[in-house]
Amino acid sequence: MERVTVPTPTTAASRPMVANAAMAANATTSKVGGKSANKRIKMDVRDLNFYYGKFQALKNINLQIAEKKVTAFIGPSGCGKSTLLRVFNRMYELYPEQRAEGEVNVDGENILTSREDVALIRAKIGMIFQKPTPFPMSIYDNIAFGVKLFEKLSRSAMDERVEWALRKAALWTEVKDKLAQSGTSLSGGQQQRLCIARGIAVKPEIILLDEPCSALDPISTAKIEELIDELKADYTVAIVTHNLQQAARVSDYTGYMYLGDLVEFGDTDQIFVKPARKETEDYITGRFG
Amino acid sequence: MSAVPVQISRSDYRLPLHRRRKLINRVALALSLIAMAFGLVWLIWILWDVLILGVQGINAATFNESTPPPNAEGGGLANAIVGSLIMVLSATAVGTPIGILAGIYLAEYGQRTGLGRVTRFMNDILLSAPSIVIGLFVYTIIVAQTRTFSGYAGVVALALIVIPVVVRTTENMLQLIPNSLREAAVALGSSKRVMILRVTLKAARAGVVTGVLLALARIAGETAPLLFTALSNQFFSVDLGDPMANLPVTIFKFALSPFANWQQMAWAGVFLITIGVLALNILARVLFRQKH
Repeated sequence: MERVTVPTPTTAASRPMVANAAMAANATTSKVGGKSANKRIKMDVRDLNFYYGKFQALKNINLQIAEKKVTAFIGPSGCGKSTLLRVFNRMYELYPEQRAEGEVNVDGENILTSREDVALIRAKIGMIFQKPTPFPMSIYDNIAFGVKLFEKLSRSAMDERVEWALRKAALWTEVKDKLAQSGTSLSGGQQQRLCIARGIAVKPEIILLDEPCSALDPISTAKIEELIDELKADYTVAIVTHNLQQAARVSDYTGYMYLGDLVEFGDTDQIFVKPARKETEDYITGRFG
Repeated sequence: MSAVPVQISRSDYRLPLHRRRKLINRVALALSLIAMAFGLVWLIWILWDVLILGVQGINAATFNESTPPPNAEGGGLANAIVGSLIMVLSATAVGTPIGILAGIYLAEYGQRTGLGRVTRFMNDILLSAPSIVIGLFVYTIIVAQTRTFSGYAGVVALALIVIPVVVRTTENMLQLIPNSLREAAVALGSSKRVMILRVTLKAARAGVVTGVLLALARIAGETAPLLFTALSNQFFSVDLGDPMANLPVTIFKFALSPFANWQQMAWAGVFLITIGVLALNILARVLFRQKH
């Protein structure tokens, strides 16, 4: 529905517009099952439980995230979808009262118990947050910050990397003449794309997006959705979103979560067209949530 | 748009309460204005007296000549000005890094730890400790041991006043930085050290610098800690190992003296300190406003 307000040239997703589940039923059933054949598993989550102090926020989560695909997590507020994402790069460890149990295997290694430095893990598993968080430095330095952490690049190589990341995030043409300006001087949508560019610049393998469009206007949202679609050529993407249409538009796989449970997980087309569980159907069709 | 005019009838049940609120509002506003005027009157009076009496005592000799002996003509405050500058700047140089590091610990590492809580509590006590207590403390541990008043002892006493101020402002300014910024830095693979140095401390920079400037302003006029430590010196000296002249103690001595020219010089010293502190405060405000 909201897609209607967006000018057509910026319309991103290669899949048909999905205004609601009923429309999707007619449009995309034929795709179900077709793409599962050649997927490789990038992240394998097993028996994951998560606690905020005594409160259990995730209950026995089991799922697999396919490489170079977009996996979306939907569900009502407080269902644990952001929490799940924050386990994937061990962000929860910043807060001593938070605790995860189980396995999150990335390329076969459990990152929760890995001896590898957590900074290296996070460099490989990038994260974009709900609110734009530009650092208090120039646009250029915002991008270079993450790159400098692990790479020693010459000035020209760094210039190239900054341009590459900004182009990827569809921000280059808007900022190329003011790279020395503060990142905080940009508009909200530009700031968010700057944060995405910053995340891409370190060349992670997996990109986690935690409601990246919730603070953005429709045009910026469309640009970011377009970007997500391009990203999956090189990266594995997991996105949490409140916007069902967005999940339907950008993702290949969708998980529906409720009260810390992963109620249903499968091909996006299948989840939106004929969900196996009654709860999922109620949520998607708007009878609940 | 052709809006239909809304007629508020005189008998609207909201009106009595609304009128009452307006009246209370006016009374409260009037009271606040009176309180503000009461405070400002004294401040302006003080500044006026300092200006009038201070400017009369200022001349070239104030900056060129040292304090005169009793019953002698001429002389200035050069030794006291230089002594004050040396000790105040040294104390700031000593106290600032300690204060900033402790503030970083409290905000970024010891937020909810026992050690953090204890440190914060001790710092609050130090912050509100009477400066004469600090003076006596340094007298006991340094002056009494070395058996001489010295500039070093003065620097230590002043640094002990700088530290809690800088700790407190650094911690508060870092706490104002939203956690989302920390998470964003860490999510890129940065270590906590790099995150603090390059992101949070940078974001809080204006506030931290403001805190240092305010601490500087605070010690510029402290008398009690210097009375027991650096004492004073009627001669010009830049040796921190010796007793050192400084503006506050000189003002204290000269203002109490029976000599008219000494009293005049005391006013000149008061004027210089006031101007200095005022300038520091304005600078701090300008710096802080640029960022916020």
